[in-house]
Amino acid sequence: MMKSTELPPYAQAMGMEFAGTDNGSPLIAMDFAERAMGRPGFLHGGAIGGLLEMAGFTALEAELERQGADVRIKPINISVEYLRGGLPERIYARGEVVRAGRRVANVRIDAWQSDRERPVASCWMNFQLSPKKT
Amino acid sequence: MDQSEANENAFERFSRDNSFDPSAWSERMNFGGHSGFIGMRYHQHGDNWIELGFDWRDDLVGDPETGVLASGPIISLLDNATSMSVWTRTGQFRPQVTLDLRIDYTRAAAPRKPIVARAECYQLRRSMAFVRGIAHDGDPADPVAHAAGIFMLVEGQEWAK
Repeated sequence: MMKSTELPPYAQAMGMEFAGTDNGSPLIAMDFAERAMGRPGFLHGGAIGGLLEMAGFTALEAELERQGADVRIKPINISVEYLRGGLPERIYARGEVVRAGRRVANVRIDAWQSDRERPVASCWMNFQLSPKKT
Repeated sequence: MDQSEANENAFERFSRDNSFDPSAWSERMNFGGHSGFIGMRYHQHGDNWIELGFDWRDDLVGDPETGVLASGPIISLLDNATSMSVWTRTGQFRPQVTLDLRIDYTRAAAPRKPIVARAECYQLRRSMAFVRGIAHDGDPADPVAHAAGIFMLVEGQEWAK
């Protein structure tokens, strides 16, 4: 898995970036570009999903680093609620680790644009945690 | 005319059409935008199902150590395939938005292999369409992901800008 200071190639290609931290979790942001557009004038649901996942991953990595846990993490599943159309402007996402146990971690993630009180999408993700192979 | 204007005109044309041609739609819609970036392609379709795919690419990778794809492009592919399965079933394009989409990652996709999604619309209501699908990297019997979702039908005016 990538370090929590560096986003993987897909995220970089999509223009995702760290935009600081918020209550211990990294903020992930993405500027609008043609490569993120779905129906005309709106962000693609998959691009929003990809951003949510990146915020989930990085939030969990930050939490595991705090705990000093050196483990591999793999996504088990994700369930996205699309709340509003994503506008052609900058979008943010932040994950909240609800629980990081020995084998499984549960993370909630929200994405918003100009108004944080009006989220664009919300999701939960479950991750499998396993010891790193040496 | 820029790409988004060209898309709008195409959407208007598709909205007026009495039939939905998944192959023509894909050719037109996967040229630009996010689907174009991922490199999605139409494979085949039936009465209520459709198959789309994209090739492995190093800028779609989620884990540089292993070359395993990020799950983002797989969400995008399943979003498109499940969405198009609705129009494949109704035989007509109708504006709709994703209400929710759940994806179970049953295993990691093999590095460098193309990904194929097969999706079906298994139930249709007046304002909602229920969909499900799988994504695989060569063997449909051993999927990398399972998806289930719901699309809401919306008015054309609010659908695209």
